[in-house]
Amino acid sequence: MGANKMMDRYTKLQTVGLYAAIAVFLLFMLLPFLEMFLTSLRPLQHLFRRPYQFWSEDFSFDAYSDMWVTVPLLGRYIFNSIFIATSVTFLTMIFVVPAAYAYARLDFPFKSASLAGFLAVNMFAGAVLLIPLYRVLRMMGLLNTYWAMIVPGVAFLIPTGIWLLRSYLEKIPRELEEAAFVDGASRMYTLRRVVLPLATPGLIVVGVTVFISAYSQQFIFAITFNQTRELQPLPAGLYEFIGYQSVTWNEMMAAALVGVLPVMVVFLFLQKYLVAGLTAGAVKE
Amino acid sequence: MSELSELQSATDAHVRSKRTVLPEKWFAAFLIGPALLFILVIVAWPLAETVRLSFMEAGLGGEEYVGLANYEELLESKRFHQTVLRTFYWMFISVGLKLVLGLIGAMLLNAAIPGRGLFRVLIMPPWVIPIAVGCVGWLWLYNGQFGVLSGAGQYLGILDGPYEFLAYKRSAFYSAVVTDVWVGTPMVTLFLLAAMQGVSRDLYEAAWVDGAGRCYRFRRITIPQIMPVLVTMALYSAIFTFNSFDIIWILTQGGPRGASTTLIIDTYKVAIGNYKFGEGAARVVVIVILLSAFAAVYMILLNKLLRRYGSK
Repeated sequence: MGANKMMDRYTKLQTVGLYAAIAVFLLFMLLPFLEMFLTSLRPLQHLFRRPYQFWSEDFSFDAYSDMWVTVPLLGRYIFNSIFIATSVTFLTMIFVVPAAYAYARLDFPFKSASLAGFLAVNMFAGAVLLIPLYRVLRMMGLLNTYWAMIVPGVAFLIPTGIWLLRSYLEKIPRELEEAAFVDGASRMYTLRRVVLPLATPGLIVVGVTVFISAYSQQFIFAITFNQTRELQPLPAGLYEFIGYQSVTWNEMMAAALVGVLPVMVVFLFLQKYLVAGLTAGAVKE
Repeated sequence: MSELSELQSATDAHVRSKRTVLPEKWFAAFLIGPALLFILVIVAWPLAETVRLSFMEAGLGGEEYVGLANYEELLESKRFHQTVLRTFYWMFISVGLKLVLGLIGAMLLNAAIPGRGLFRVLIMPPWVIPIAVGCVGWLWLYNGQFGVLSGAGQYLGILDGPYEFLAYKRSAFYSAVVTDVWVGTPMVTLFLLAAMQGVSRDLYEAAWVDGAGRCYRFRRITIPQIMPVLVTMALYSAIFTFNSFDIIWILTQGGPRGASTTLIIDTYKVAIGNYKFGEGAARVVVIVILLSAFAAVYMILLNKLLRRYGSK
């Protein structure tokens, strides 16, 4: 560490340059949010002023109260988003946990082939499968239900979940399980009472990753598989701010920001584990 | 803890492993079965169904076997050829930018300066929030009347009036690229950063002692060491970018006049928009073949590259 400090010391000019470059990079990443926030504070008529104004004196939080009136179902949409993402996460984990354990610990025929098969699903994830899924969901009578948005989400996230959790489970020392076996515990008991408690941080990381992805995926499934207004998740519901005559941009931005609060809160609380957990798998290979 | 008890547990383990050879296989099947079954029903079966459908003229009414007609139509369609080329162009340019920006970002965030922990969190929002919501923000930035980009362009004198970024062929395509890069860069940055931190300090210190400069160390140590992660990220990123739907759909719906129509958008419009399931299915099959071929070629090149760099 000492030698490293000496090695990596920057001159003042280099430090300033580094911060400037980081500022530009962060500006690119945060510009849309910044502009969404500023827009949500502007009264609508302000948006039409010429010439363009970056700042204004008449900022207010009115959009945050008015938006619930303009789009009466807004609260419902936000609830739907959270409900769908939570259901997807819960169901995905039920499938992922046992499978990931098997891939991390057990030996069986077709192990690497089936794992590769799961990963191949990632390749078709998203829009490629929309058409066949549309037909399957229609056949099952699931179009225009919550299931139409939950089932595809689960299918596409199982592979990711298995992949992430497996690399986490592999890092838990085998000796602890061996000890339980020696004491006569069954595999199932060991899985429940020894492995899962030890894997809790990993389960959280994978769960959060799945939740964030599920929250993000909703749009495409919603616009394709669901015509029921009451069941729309927020990303699709946002488009109701686009009216016949005008777009209430400021309220739309306010709603978008409020709608991402749940996932941002989850992320901020757990980002430390999340970043560490995600990258652990990458470094290994 | 005597040698004897160690020996005892070793014997136990041996006996147990012999005893559980058969059950282990079935236990694994029991654990993986549900996930596998789910994927088979929701992914594999529909995919097989798609292949069958691609030989049909199928709509909401019914279906009729037409042989290779759907494929012949695609082969002959000049518009479809353009869409294929555009999709690869879209993929290469977007992935290229993501990798370059991700590499720059990872280097910046890897620098030993105060505040880097905070910076690492601040680059994540584009990845965390729903793409559709981020796109609403970009829709707003690109807006000619009220958007900050048009506003800034006028303020700086680059534009002489309001400029609607999504209304013109060229700018609409590249606007979609910028937004796609914005969504994909945080993930690339994060993984490359992790790879950089995984490089052994000894290598740098040895090089430093030998008098190697920063650039030399970066070229000769960092780049080769993170190469495996870099190429893996490139493949993942390429597949996701190829399949990127939300961004283009929300920003331009493939327009104006097809300027930003990629294979996915085209397929969606044909199949879901016009209920031409057969023609859509043929496109899906083409996409799967193209993606598989791309992945295969990539893997072969990757292996050659890795062998040359001598890592793993």
